[in-house]
Amino acid sequence: MTIDELRKIGEAEREAQTKFQHHVCVCTAASCLSSGADHVCDAIKKEVAETGMNHEVLVKSVGCMGLCSAGPLVAVETAGQTYANVTPEQAPDIVRSLDTGSDGLEHCPPDMPFFARQKKIVLENSGKIDPERIEDYIAHDGYHALVTAITELSPQEIVVTMVQSGLRGRGGAGYPTGLKWSTVAKTGEQEKYVICNADEGDPGAFMDRAVLESDPHRVLEGMAIAAYAVGAQKGFIYVRAEYPLAVKHLKTAIKQAERLGLLGNNICNTRFSFHVDIRLGAGAFVCGEETALIASVEGKRGTPRPRPPYPAQEGLWGCPTLINNVETFANVAPILRNGAAWFAAIGTEKSKGTKVFALAGRVANTGLIEVPMGMTLGEIVNEIGGGVPEGKRLKAVQTGGPSGGCIAEQYMNTPVDYESLARVGSMMGSGGMIVMDETSCMVDVAKYFTEFCMSESCGKCVPCRAGTQQMLSLLEKIACGQSTQADLAVLEELCDLVRNTSLCGLGQTAPNGILTTLKYFRQEYDHHIAGGACPTCRPTEVSQ
Amino acid sequence: MQTYLGQPQLPSDDKRWKIVEATARRHGREPHALIETLHTVQECFGYLDETALRFVAATLRVPLSRVYGVATFYHFFTLKPKGKHTCVVCTGTACYIKGAPALLAAVEKAHGIKPGETTPDGELSLLTARCLGSCGLAPAVVVDNVVHGKVAPAGLLARVEKGIHP
Repeated sequence: MTIDELRKIGEAEREAQTKFQHHVCVCTAASCLSSGADHVCDAIKKEVAETGMNHEVLVKSVGCMGLCSAGPLVAVETAGQTYANVTPEQAPDIVRSLDTGSDGLEHCPPDMPFFARQKKIVLENSGKIDPERIEDYIAHDGYHALVTAITELSPQEIVVTMVQSGLRGRGGAGYPTGLKWSTVAKTGEQEKYVICNADEGDPGAFMDRAVLESDPHRVLEGMAIAAYAVGAQKGFIYVRAEYPLAVKHLKTAIKQAERLGLLGNNICNTRFSFHVDIRLGAGAFVCGEETALIASVEGKRGTPRPRPPYPAQEGLWGCPTLINNVETFANVAPILRNGAAWFAAIGTEKSKGTKVFALAGRVANTGLIEVPMGMTLGEIVNEIGGGVPEGKRLKAVQTGGPSGGCIAEQYMNTPVDYESLARVGSMMGSGGMIVMDETSCMVDVAKYFTEFCMSESCGKCVPCRAGTQQMLSLLEKIACGQSTQADLAVLEELCDLVRNTSLCGLGQTAPNGILTTLKYFRQEYDHHIAGGACPTCRPTEVSQ
Repeated sequence: MQTYLGQPQLPSDDKRWKIVEATARRHGREPHALIETLHTVQECFGYLDETALRFVAATLRVPLSRVYGVATFYHFFTLKPKGKHTCVVCTGTACYIKGAPALLAAVEKAHGIKPGETTPDGELSLLTARCLGSCGLAPAVVVDNVVHGKVAPAGLLARVEKGIHP
């Protein structure tokens, strides 16, 4: 494969697509699929065939368009229209609308803040290309960065570009990606591995799933570039078994890329070879931690080990291993294509680029969004999210999953970047963002996250195994009004202990849910201690 | 034990064991294929029983204790057979604050089973999921492998009922 051959494939695909007068894109990512998008897609295809418009209308299954709450979504690209809540019965209306303009269909206006306020880099192809066709990806500049990298750039040049771009790990901790790459690259000539962490265990997060379902080639391209830059020959994608569609699209993508010689032996007739294999997770949150993930890829129980040595020096089977998150890899190709300076110009001083968030909870527009770093929480919730529905009042925004914290309403002007979120006691995390309104009791929320951390603790170190259990029983005592202020003091002390003495990130961040709710909503704890329930704890909510 | 080239015999002539063996073979019968092989067993048989654990241990030449350790460490693996029908309630954060506890309570009350249990007649298993990733459609459930979003307790009970008595 040469760059010219790649261009030819892209041109042929574009030409084939422009022959069609109309492009109808149906979102068939998991979320819309569970609202019946497959039936909608079939119905539209059938209608097109029956009306004899086969040569004018192209019906494409595409990835996530973002606005999951209004699914199934259908976009008519040529008319710039997006229809929401489409049913199979509306297929004739949609096909008719191609000529006559739409009537009776629910629109998402193109200037709707949900779409207009976003900036898409990672998700630029998501909802536009057919994830099961490599040609469509190539037609959207896919694999150009990889082919250019291995035929024209040296590994060192790529690492330098990554360092200059300022990209930081999107898995949550925000470690500079370029630094990680250069550490692995410097380990000399030996067997090395690249691992893509797609074990998206945070409840309330589905960014990685959407990227893998909607644009799997993007992740493979990022991994291959990384492998070339650090000198690895073999890669693994560790993906949750709970994401069958993502696994299916990945498998298809790997086969297609191997067929075109973009993965495998001697890529682009160079000495560079790279093979990718999929490893299925089996439902353990702790496997998101890199050393636990490595243990799991080795077929063992997913328990973490102390670092150093870091995986960059001693990882999979003792070899230097580069582990990055799905979203991090998805940023690689655009950075190489557009240059480090382009990327570094987006975002804030210390947090460059964009971040994908899964916006969910008590907010009008739920779904997948990508915004430049530095946008405030308030802008995301109120403008993109459309605010809290049913006239309820916003209470808190939870970021970072079980490791993060609840940020109170008065901090809605906090910009989303790694440092600012840490300053208010939470963290960026992988990108889950759950909006809570006045009906959520914060003691109950803290209990929920502590229960999660307790049951997901791998049990290797005592502070996490025993500490989370004690934290939960204290919280349960507080919730049902059988405790005193002394218990609260013990809880705070315990949180401090677990945070400072646990072996891995799971234990170290497990107290965050309690600590942030205590910081911002202490009065609710006081209410519970005094009387067994706080004003927001409406027992009717549970038993309705 | 009779062996062929050091390999254990298949536990029975059930064709599904050949699929399990194929997975082990594809990974060169290396110990690191343990999780992948257990996935295949669960896909084929629905759960992992003692025969399967012993067979996998012998095929990959890993101690039975390690196979058991891995099978019980990961939530995805189950050592008990599931009911004929399954109802999985997502208890992810978004679903939780949008009413997953009420959904669980409704099924528990109507069918007399707690999460992780199966009705005595083997018809229905009630399970919970950490997060389905369908947060945009919270609260979400999976009834007989089909995901449904924005469900209410009454609607869920009706769906479960329809699955059992179509």
